Amino acid sequence: MDITTQKNTATPPPAPQPTEAERKRAARGATRPGDRIFLGLSRGSGILLLAIMAAIAGFLTYRAVLAISKDEGNFLTTFEWNTGTQPPVFGIAVLAYGTVISSIIAMVIAVPISVAIALFLTHYAPRRLSGPIAYVIDLLAAVPSIVYGLWGALILVPQMEGLFGWLDDYFGWTGIFDWQGGPARSMLTVGILLAIMILPIITNVSREVFRQVPQMHEEAALALGATRWEVIRMAVLPFGRSGVISASMLGLGRALGETMAVATVLSPDFLIHASLLDPGGGTFAQNIASKFGEADTFGRDALIASGLVLFVITLLVNGAARMIIARRKEYSGANA
Amino acid sequence: MSTVLTDKRPTTLRGASLPKWSPWVIAAGSVAVAVGIGLGAGLDSRIQWGLIAAILYVLGTYAIASMVEGKRQAKDRIATSLVWVAFLLAVVPLASLVWATVERGVKVLDVYFLTHSMGVVGDREPGGGIYHAIIGTLEQVGLATLIAAPIGVLTAIYLVEYGRGNLARAVTFFVDVMTGIPSIVAGLFILSIMLIFEMQPFGFAGSLALAILMMPVVVRSTEEMLKLVPNELREASLALGVPKWRTILKIVLPTAIGGITTGIMLAIARIAGETAPVLLLVFGNPFINNNPFEGAQASLPLYIYQQYSQSAGAEPAYDRAWAASLTLIAFVMILNLLARGIARWKAPKTGR
Amino acid sequence: MAKRIDVSGLSAYYGSFRAIEDISMTVEPRSVTAFIGPSGCGKSTFLRTLNRMHEVTPGGRVEGKVMLDDENLYAAGIDPVSVRREVGMVFQRPNPFPTMSVYDNVAAGLKLLGSYKKSQLDDIVEKSLRGANLWNEVKDRLNKPGSGLSGGQQQRLCIARAIAVEPNVLLMDEPCSALDPISTLAIEDLIGELKERFTIVIVTHNMQQAARVSDRTAFFNLAAVGQPGKLIEIDDTERIFSNPSVQATEDYISGRFG
Repeated sequence: MDITTQKNTATPPPAPQPTEAERKRAARGATRPGDRIFLGLSRGSGILLLAIMAAIAGFLTYRAVLAISKDEGNFLTTFEWNTGTQPPVFGIAVLAYGTVISSIIAMVIAVPISVAIALFLTHYAPRRLSGPIAYVIDLLAAVPSIVYGLWGALILVPQMEGLFGWLDDYFGWTGIFDWQGGPARSMLTVGILLAIMILPIITNVSREVFRQVPQMHEEAALALGATRWEVIRMAVLPFGRSGVISASMLGLGRALGETMAVATVLSPDFLIHASLLDPGGGTFAQNIASKFGEADTFGRDALIASGLVLFVITLLVNGAARMIIARRKEYSGANA
Repeated sequence: MSTVLTDKRPTTLRGASLPKWSPWVIAAGSVAVAVGIGLGAGLDSRIQWGLIAAILYVLGTYAIASMVEGKRQAKDRIATSLVWVAFLLAVVPLASLVWATVERGVKVLDVYFLTHSMGVVGDREPGGGIYHAIIGTLEQVGLATLIAAPIGVLTAIYLVEYGRGNLARAVTFFVDVMTGIPSIVAGLFILSIMLIFEMQPFGFAGSLALAILMMPVVVRSTEEMLKLVPNELREASLALGVPKWRTILKIVLPTAIGGITTGIMLAIARIAGETAPVLLLVFGNPFINNNPFEGAQASLPLYIYQQYSQSAGAEPAYDRAWAASLTLIAFVMILNLLARGIARWKAPKTGR
Repeated sequence: MAKRIDVSGLSAYYGSFRAIEDISMTVEPRSVTAFIGPSGCGKSTFLRTLNRMHEVTPGGRVEGKVMLDDENLYAAGIDPVSVRREVGMVFQRPNPFPTMSVYDNVAAGLKLLGSYKKSQLDDIVEKSLRGANLWNEVKDRLNKPGSGLSGGQQQRLCIARAIAVEPNVLLMDEPCSALDPISTLAIEDLIGELKERFTIVIVTHNMQQAARVSDRTAFFNLAAVGQPGKLIEIDDTERIFSNPSVQATEDYISGRFG
């Protein structure tokens, strides 16, 4: 339109202008074939990701329903896992308990120690030390879990026995630390190993957060006459709280779903033990890995059903973490 | 001034303070006492010795400091000593892990070990190697990368360059969710499809599960890198009349390529050590199988697990497991170091 | 409360680099002393040596003597934490603790010092906020985050936080450089009131500000980039701005460099 009217008028306008404007409009509006293809490809990838998530939920549910519909026990409360028998009887009570307990032990140990190490690296260690140490911890986060498992089974377990004996001697009366003297392939060892595994991750994220605390907040505390610990309590920890929470949730997600390290260390059975020191119990992931080999198609469906529960639990944990972070953001004052 | 306070403010600036060497002395004392207790009570676990020493150190520091320097300084010192203790507590197992892997791994790790399979070697006999497992891991991880890297990068481009509205929000949310999927669940997902079609284990099935684990990692790291590309660059290009897709391909991606490569390599390093999905989908195989699309394959992490679990404590199998662990760690570490090297080398030059 | 500061032969280093060299001066109690000089002349570094904040910077190190009445801040056995309690500081950019409310920000220093009754804390917080001319603006939102205030209010909140612990000396490091003219004026008025109670040292880039608020002015300069900064002269503000005894001071003040 513009072009034609301008061409019909007697006075010649600056010729290149309209075409250039048109070109820009074209670039913005994605009308070129190249633009359309590229947008299609990238949007398609995003949609594919959503489709995969939907497929995971769908297929797992489908196979799980196949298994649970034939389950003669109560899927949630049965203390058994017999999928080869007629009729099959299986339930996830023991697995849910073991997964939660081992993760709790791991978190109780790993979170304070990780935060302390992160503080060590950002506020206590000599500067020449802290750089290389942080780098090494970064690398340790990449050590495959099976290697942790092998180390845990062959080196950590024998070392734990002395500690178990001592715990039994002094705290055996609580019941929680009662020990019959079997190998230390128990929930406590699993929890400690999981703690060691998630330590590098939580440390790394927390360290990043602590490093971002503005210098001026720490100086404000110092200038009020705060000791180093008071500076950390006044300026560093409040600022880093939401970051530490999200780091911990990341670690918790790892601990909940960890398979190989638990499978190598734990000596499983299908009972809930009051004692953390006696071998036995199981976790979702460990149970799948150890029962998979001899399971027939129905047995595998039953394992998929337990995997679906694990999937839902990790989704809930992740969702909770995200909500906490979103709510904390308003108070963090990161832009102050 | 006029208000009466319960102020513990000292009248001088001079605070009584412990000498600089006091932490070392307290530490040495605690270790000595702990060793004494350990020997005296016949405690055979070194873990206990260490824990006793740590507790003595923290308590001793607090007691001495609060006597000499006062409550606030004592609190400061206890925080310092706790932080040091935490660091040492964490260093010991992690150092032991690295040390054990290297020390025991080098025993059977040689050229023969790297170039032979387990074909004719029983689980409990010495000999054999990991050639078949290396082949399996390289193929499975390679195929997973071929699937996950383009999808991940394209998704990140969509989120950063085009993403508006509900679809982008949903994708962002589910990428986060996907990051949290346990590896065994990804394996079960592919397994559930294979059960429907009654398929036997094969390498590519493992690749698919690994790709699912890899995608969100690639999306996240690529997104971060693309966000670092300054908007001025995009606008400069668009203002020259370059179409958007060419702007992305010619300006945005080349600027961020170093970081994107680093992210992909770190993701590879992460999935290379995954055992659970491989266990479910690839199953393991003592023989060399070069074809990832047919028949069970081996893989390094799975090899470690099977050497450990199927050997009933046979020393040669444990040796092989450690040697394979060392190989796997070396592979992962080299990838990590290379990735970091690229990140440093290709880092976008800041204008100075 | 206000104390005299007597500095002699003071040098400060960042690693091996000497930032200021051989500075000696006296700061009178209950007065405002302004430090002026071109960028990089070490006036902020010097200010930070007066409450031992310089050594917080990695590699920071000090030689010389700073007497606070009759105590040398750098003598062996002196606790830097106690020093900073006696010598308060206000920074270039307002830095209230972002996670604390207005009230908690003011009370932050007191809570470190000892245990106070709630009513005592309330009194001191109110008194400090009044002292900082901020009470009327924030009395209805004492429990809101301190980071929600405007820049000028935040800076006065930081001043309230600093005076709440009743220091002997108040150091101000370009306290108005991040503020608009109205807020700057409010702070300058406040400085005039605070000098009745405290010894005040202020670093400023703004020569009019030095002329307006200070009783005495010290001029710092450096021979060249990479050379340590030195004290050129210190005198009554009126004299410095009308008839300085050193040529360089006159050149700087009349705008010939810097």
